[in-house]
Amino acid sequence: MKRRWWTLAHLEETFFRLLMRISALVLVLALAGILLAVLIRGLPAMNLDMITKVPEGGFYLGGGGGLLNAILGSLYLAGGGTILAFLISLPIAMGLNVYAPSSRWAAFTRMTLDVLWGIPSLVYGAFIFLIMISMGMRASLGAGILALTLLQIPIMVRAMDEVMRLIPGGLKEAAYGLGATRLEMARAVVLRQALPGIFTAVLLAFGRGIGDAASVLFTAGFTDRIPTSLASPAASLPLAVFFQLSSPFPEVRARGYAAALILTVLILIVSGLSRAVARRLSRNVVN
Amino acid sequence: MRLSQSNSRTPFGRIFNDKLAARSFLLAASFPLLVLLFMAGALLLRTLPIFQFVTPWEFLTGDLWRPSQGEFGLSTFISGTLWVTLLALVVAVPPCILTSIFLVEYARRGTLRGLLPVIDLLAGIPSVVYGVWGVLVVVPLVPRLGQFLRSVFGDLPLLTSSNPTGFSILAGGIVLAVMISPIIVSITIEVLRSIPQGVREAALAVGSTRWQAVKHAVLPNALPGIIAAAVMGLSRAFGETLAVMMVVGNTAAIPRSVFDPGYPLTALIANNYGEMMSIPRYDAALMGAALLLLVVVIVFNILSALVLARVSQGARS
Repeated sequence: MKRRWWTLAHLEETFFRLLMRISALVLVLALAGILLAVLIRGLPAMNLDMITKVPEGGFYLGGGGGLLNAILGSLYLAGGGTILAFLISLPIAMGLNVYAPSSRWAAFTRMTLDVLWGIPSLVYGAFIFLIMISMGMRASLGAGILALTLLQIPIMVRAMDEVMRLIPGGLKEAAYGLGATRLEMARAVVLRQALPGIFTAVLLAFGRGIGDAASVLFTAGFTDRIPTSLASPAASLPLAVFFQLSSPFPEVRARGYAAALILTVLILIVSGLSRAVARRLSRNVVN
Repeated sequence: MRLSQSNSRTPFGRIFNDKLAARSFLLAASFPLLVLLFMAGALLLRTLPIFQFVTPWEFLTGDLWRPSQGEFGLSTFISGTLWVTLLALVVAVPPCILTSIFLVEYARRGTLRGLLPVIDLLAGIPSVVYGVWGVLVVVPLVPRLGQFLRSVFGDLPLLTSSNPTGFSILAGGIVLAVMISPIIVSITIEVLRSIPQGVREAALAVGSTRWQAVKHAVLPNALPGIIAAAVMGLSRAFGETLAVMMVVGNTAAIPRSVFDPGYPLTALIANNYGEMMSIPRYDAALMGAALLLLVVVIVFNILSALVLARVSQGARS
């Protein structure tokens, strides 16, 4: 039976197909436009100085120098945060999946993690800021790392938890059947099976950490120098973008675009790396 | 697979290690709750002094914000946050759902497989970059849109522009909408793909068109997941700070149209934390704003968990 085109059902089909194509197109254009806008405006301001020099005198009036302070600051902040968050997240994810699977307590902890995931990074920053004031500390790399750690933990645990939950129960039972304790099972089965996912989780959290501005705004401050210790303030790329974009000088604004370009490229590298690493590591995974 | 890699060879040592690990892992797993409680407690403690000054009701609904004169009313900022977040959801959710349906139900397999990594990548782009795009592209376009609407429809409520610049809650909403769309799309795609093929086939077998199959068979089953996706997008949009600050205008007045500037709570905190120790009770008021953000997120999570439980029950029966 051939359908006639003027039936209501057919008209509806055509209408929604069109609507879907339009919305897909609009989304793709908007998202491609973002990368394009950053590339077109950032590229002219890019040069070797941008990534090899710290700001020189009068940098924020259009003087010489580069953004090395923000690049290294961001890497230190996100790197430190990621390491700390990993040390806390892995035991949490293991605890949820090996020692308390499907208990009410695990469900409650997962919901708490959902809440933490949704808490604005600004609030984490404000919280660490409060602790800093009460201890008489000033904005520093260490405080920024702590704020990012809090921000990254729920991201990391949720991503790890997701892959650990997918491990087939039979594999775990096989290990138990051989007389393994839970700890041995965790090492031999869960860690190995989830390894690609764990790496992806770590790099995902690193990406979120390096791109977050609100949490480091309060805690890490901003400086033209490269941080030398945990107690010295640290610059970061997102804040470099933000501050320079609000400048009245076009040269300085152009550098804000360049900073955005550097940040985007860093994220692209992290994303590509996570894909490559996950593919390599998945050789160890049994399905 | 070598299982007995433990440091100690005796069974007691292995069991001891296991018990020790159990304790420490479960201790670690209580960390999220501790962080949440400690954070809420610390913010509450810092907020309390403001309530010797204004009542909680005045704090939330007052529309005067003059810290130096001791007037703290958050309603302008709350309305700024609400406006921007709602606009973002309204702009983002329908096209995101349609795009996901298109990619899962209509597009070729290869298109979806090629696009998934791109979507994940876009979800990872820092919000400041979206803000840069907003300043470069959205802000200049918004006044033109306002003029166009005015020339076609005349003066409409909520759409009449008295703001010559594009720094407006509409710009904020658009930037946030584009920012959260990769998240919403990627979760919705996952949800749609998890719906068993048989559901579609059953609908097609009784003579429905493809869209009818989607509308009557796929979407009702996918609803809980789609709500979850929207909630994830909402919480990202709600708490975004710098990307919004860059385009929203930061003028402390309740917006009357989407072309007016606004001043969200997050922007208030980020703009003023530097001076908060210099004016009495200013710090308490700002921490109160942060506490408000925290409380809203908690309430929202509980609500969505309840709604999801209900909806998925309805979908099952």
